[in-house]
Amino acid sequence: MIVAERKPLEDIREMIAGYKKILIVGCGTCVTICWAGGEKEVAVLSSQLRLASKKDGNELEILEATIERQCEKELVEALKDKVQQVEAVLSMGCGAGVQPIAEIFPDMPVYPALNTTFVGMPEGEGVWVETCRACGDCFLDKTGGICPIVRCAKGLLNGPCGGTNNGKCEIDSEKDCAWTLIYRRLEQQGRLDAMRKYYPPRNFQAVIRPGKVETLPA
Amino acid sequence: MAKAFKETLNSGKFVVTSEIGPPKGTNLEKLIHHIDLLKDKVDALNVTDNQSSVMRFPSLGTCLLIKERGGEPILQMTCRDRNRMALEADLLFAYTRGIKNVLCLTGDFITIGDHKEARAVFDLDSLQLLHMVRILQSGKDLGGNELDGAVEFCAGATVTPEANPIEPQLIKFEKKVQAGAEFFQTQAIYDLDNFKKFMKYVRGLDKNIKILAGIVLLASAGMAKYMNENTPGVFVPQVLIDEMATAEKGKRVQKGIEIAGRLIRQIKEEAICDGVHIMAIGREEVVPDILAAGGL
Amino acid sequence: MKAKGAFLPDIVAFCCAQSAYQAADTAGSMRITYPENIRVIRVPCAGRVDVLHILRAFEKGADGVLVLGCHEEACRHLSGNIRAKNRVQRVNTLLQEVGIDGKRVEMFTLAPNQGSRFARIANEVNERIKELGPSPVKSGA
Repeated sequence: MIVAERKPLEDIREMIAGYKKILIVGCGTCVTICWAGGEKEVAVLSSQLRLASKKDGNELEILEATIERQCEKELVEALKDKVQQVEAVLSMGCGAGVQPIAEIFPDMPVYPALNTTFVGMPEGEGVWVETCRACGDCFLDKTGGICPIVRCAKGLLNGPCGGTNNGKCEIDSEKDCAWTLIYRRLEQQGRLDAMRKYYPPRNFQAVIRPGKVETLPA
Repeated sequence: MAKAFKETLNSGKFVVTSEIGPPKGTNLEKLIHHIDLLKDKVDALNVTDNQSSVMRFPSLGTCLLIKERGGEPILQMTCRDRNRMALEADLLFAYTRGIKNVLCLTGDFITIGDHKEARAVFDLDSLQLLHMVRILQSGKDLGGNELDGAVEFCAGATVTPEANPIEPQLIKFEKKVQAGAEFFQTQAIYDLDNFKKFMKYVRGLDKNIKILAGIVLLASAGMAKYMNENTPGVFVPQVLIDEMATAEKGKRVQKGIEIAGRLIRQIKEEAICDGVHIMAIGREEVVPDILAAGGL
Repeated sequence: MKAKGAFLPDIVAFCCAQSAYQAADTAGSMRITYPENIRVIRVPCAGRVDVLHILRAFEKGADGVLVLGCHEEACRHLSGNIRAKNRVQRVNTLLQEVGIDGKRVEMFTLAPNQGSRFARIANEVNERIKELGPSPVKSGA
C-alpha cells in the first residue's frame, strides 16, 4: 500500500490562504488505512481549518467528500457537483490521487494536504514501514524476500557495508541492518550461496521514467 | 620519486600507509605541509573522499598534489557522491596523471555529514566499483563501450574484522577477493587476539591476500569509549581504555602514540599481517612519532 | 477588556454514564455545588467520545472541554477510558497546531460515588479556564 503523512497545518493554511470556500477530498483506499487521508482525517482537518480561520477572523466554508480511490478518473468525476461550488480543492490522497483531480478539473487549483512517503506495510498499530521502491526489477528472489534496495539505507546489492552495528544500521539504531536480516533468512533456508554471488550494478532504466505499463487482463 | 605502491606490495616488505584528510576550503597550506611531512616516511598516502560525508577539497585534487610533490597517492573513492559515469571519468583522468592506486569504498551515508539534505547516490556499491576498475582496465566502460586507451590500477578495498555479526562481512570480503582486490586496509584494530583469528581465516582462504591493519590513534580514554559505543566495527579492549586513563592531561596523545607503536611492533614482529595503515584523524603531525614508536 | 471575574467560561463535560454522570448526580444529592456553566453531556462510555466531538465543541464556542470516565481497570467496556485518554491527548496536539492552548481539554477518571471529587474537578477546571480566558476562536466574542 501507499503510505503518506499529513503536511503540517501551517503549510496547508498557507496553500489555501485567501480562498473562502474549498472542498477537501479524502481517499478511501491506502491513505485511509494509514490514517492520513480517509473520511475521518478529512473531518479532523476541516475542523482544524475552521477553528484556525475563526481564530484569525477569516471566513472559510469547507465541503467534504471522500471517494473510494482518487487515482481512478471515473471515481473522481463524481466530484463534479461539489467541485463546481468551490474556489479550490485540497486533496488528502497520495500524489497519484492529487493529479487525476487536477487533470479532470483543469480550471480548478488543486493542492496536496499530504506528503506521500513510500510503498510499505503496517508493522504495528500506527506504524508503517517502507518495503518496496517500485524499482521495476525485483531482486527479492536473491535475498530471501527482504529488499536491500529499500531496507538498506544505501541500497547495497552485494552485502553489508562496514556500518553494520550489532545487526542495526549505523545511521539509525532503531532500524535493522537489511543485510543482517538477509544473511539470517538465507542461512535459515540453506541458501547462503545466493549471497556469495556477485550482482552487477542495477539497471536504473528497468522502468523508464515516467513509468507506463500496458497490459491486458488475465 | 616514490616507488609504485604495487611494487612495494609485492616486494615482501612490511608495508606502511597513512591517511591525509583534505581541508574544507582552498587554503592548502596545512595540507601541503602534511604531504611533505609524510610522503617519504610511508609507502603510500591515502586521501579521504569527502570523509564522514563532509564536503571538502577533493581526494583526486589532493592525490595530484601528492604526485606533484613526489609522493605515492592512494585515491579513495566512495559511491556516495558520484554515479558510475562520474566515477569512470575520474578514474580515466587519475590514470593519465599518474595516480595508479585506488581504494574502493561504499562511503558513509549522507545524513551523518554536513549536507544532510543532499541526494545520496550509491549507484554502485564498493564491490561493483572494484569490478568497474577491472572492466576499465580491460579497455571497456560499464556501458560495454570500447575505450580509446585503457587504465591500470592497483585496486584495494576495506574490511571490518570486528563487524558484528561477522559472517555477512566475511562473505562480502570473499567477494572482494574474487573481484581482484590487491590489498585491504582494515577498520581500526586494537585487539590483536581477535585480529589474529581473522588473519588465520584470511590465510586459510588465500595466502596472497595483502592485509594492512588499521591503526587509529587513541587521543583519550573518552574517545576510546565513544568509539566502542558509536563506531560500528571498532572494539577497544578495556585494558587499553584503562591504560589511556592513567595518562595525565597533556600526555594523553603521547600515551596513544605509545599504544599505536606497540600494536605496530607486535604486528610486525609476529608477522601477523602484511603491513599497517595509520589513521591519525586530524593529527597528521604526530604520524612520524607513531612510526618511530612502531620502530618503522 | 473585561475584568477576569466577569468571564464565565462555557465548559462541556462529556460524562460516562457508568461513573462520572452518576458522580454528578451524587454531588447534587449531597448538595455539593459545582459551577453552573459546566454543561454535562451523558455518554454511554468515555470511549464513545470522539476526537471530532471535542473539536466540534470548540467550533461551537466552548472555552474548555472535559472528558470524564471510569478509573483505569474499571471500564465496563474494558478500554473505553484508555481510548478516551489517548483521544484527549490527540485533541491536545490538534488544538496546539491550530494555535489554541491544548490545556483547554482535559481528562479525569472517577467512581460513581465520588460526588465531591466531581465537584472538585469541575471547580478546578473552571478556575483554570478562567485563567486562560475566552477561547480565541469564539466568533463575535
